Amino acid sequence: MSKLVIDNVSRIFPAVRGGTPTRALEPTNLSVADNDFVTILGPSGCGKSTLLRMVAGLDTPTTGRILLDGKAITGPGADRGMVFQSYTLFPWLTVSENISFGLRERGVSQRERNDIAKQWLEKVGLTSFANHFPKQLSGGMQQRTAIARALANDPKILLLDEPFGALDNQTRALMQELLLGIWERERKTVIFVTHDIEEAIFLASRTVVMSARPGRIKADIPVDLPHPRHYTIKTTPAFSDLKARLTEEIRVEAVLAAEAH
Amino acid sequence: MKPLAPISSTARVVLGISFFVLFVAAWSYATFGGFVSKTFLANPWTMLQDGWLLLVKQGFLHDIGMTIWRVIGGFVLAALFAVPIGILMGAYKPIEAFLEPFVSFARYLPASAFIPLLILWAGIGELQKLLVIFIGSVFQLILMVAVSVGSVRRDLVEASLTLGARDAGVLKRVLIPSAAPEIAEILRLVLGWAWTYVIVAELIGSSSGIGHMIIDSQALLATGQIIFGIIVIGIIGLISDYAFKAANRHLFPWSII
Repeated sequence: MSKLVIDNVSRIFPAVRGGTPTRALEPTNLSVADNDFVTILGPSGCGKSTLLRMVAGLDTPTTGRILLDGKAITGPGADRGMVFQSYTLFPWLTVSENISFGLRERGVSQRERNDIAKQWLEKVGLTSFANHFPKQLSGGMQQRTAIARALANDPKILLLDEPFGALDNQTRALMQELLLGIWERERKTVIFVTHDIEEAIFLASRTVVMSARPGRIKADIPVDLPHPRHYTIKTTPAFSDLKARLTEEIRVEAVLAAEAH
Repeated sequence: MKPLAPISSTARVVLGISFFVLFVAAWSYATFGGFVSKTFLANPWTMLQDGWLLLVKQGFLHDIGMTIWRVIGGFVLAALFAVPIGILMGAYKPIEAFLEPFVSFARYLPASAFIPLLILWAGIGELQKLLVIFIGSVFQLILMVAVSVGSVRRDLVEASLTLGARDAGVLKRVLIPSAAPEIAEILRLVLGWAWTYVIVAELIGSSSGIGHMIIDSQALLATGQIIFGIIVIGIIGLISDYAFKAANRHLFPWSII
């Protein structure tokens, strides 16, 4: 059975001051299997973030419904962890306290919180920064903490909205490896939104390509590269073939999007 | 000078002090040089002598103490009232819609205009002084705190929701800590305004306080004493300002890193 079912979900933003309503997302169907890593690839403004926000419960579909383990999503909750593109660590909490924020909200005891935070600090390589404030960290470190914060809560599904979009290329590549390493060990169900083709292939077991606004799913491509993946996989022929194919798919949409603006 | 280029801390201190020096020099020049009549403006030396006499002979320390207690009393009362209301207004839009129009209206009512009414209601005792300061600060505080809480970053609230926070958790562990440094800053600012109200309150129907001394000195044409009183207010303001800033740095180290 699918972990997550997106059933005929669309989103139309109401008109602002006599304008026309914005069709952000056409009715969309998508099923995500348990422990799958799905990347959603599309040009900016294709509704991919809107779709992710609706799964998180931060936005409400205009039509359709979203089911997680067969239960309809009505609002945000701890069962769906999210990592945002902007840096959303709580600036008044230390790195360690940020990681255990969700546990605290759920009433987990201080001792258990510390234990879990410690484990995650180690997994993302930030043990020596446990008592730093977010402002004292680099962008990459902040996003590592944000991933640890979301996963420490042990959600059923992890949602990532272009989490490495603001990072430089080298840091971004390292973060991809870190995230993939965590997924290979923990086998979470993950949805990862990005506009970076290489990133979409490297991380995914399945890539969903979205069209320019109004957004809809244009292609659904399995990525059958073996695990564990090493960064050198990015230079293999199989990777290049996928990249060429996705580049074609996305280019058409980017051109359409550019013409529409 | 380049726009926004930083300066060393020594230069900052030297420049800051030199304006005070310049100010006193200009004042000395005007008074010792005989350009301004003694009746209207005492020279710095007379001011210091008058101040010394005030302190040792006329119990001015008691006046200072009374004024400080009134400011702190009225201000703490206003803060105890305004901060919770402001937080609720900022967090919950129906409460904001209910209170905001009235508070915005009340904010423009000058506290000094209430003095005759307050004397009628509360007499000329301490309660009346506290009420003037209370009315002068409470509405400003409510509005500013509400704005600060209402403008907490939305993505932080959303992040907390995806981590399982519920209404009370969002309020207690996101909105309040996030707005806290700004609220402290608002308190510091409005405390400065409270000093204006206390002197106004003491100018009318009072038997003690810095304002009372100033109005007494006017009758005696003792401009040295008046200026001394004003300077004392400035110094106390400066000290309380620094104390507030130091406390904020200590309480919210994360906001200034």
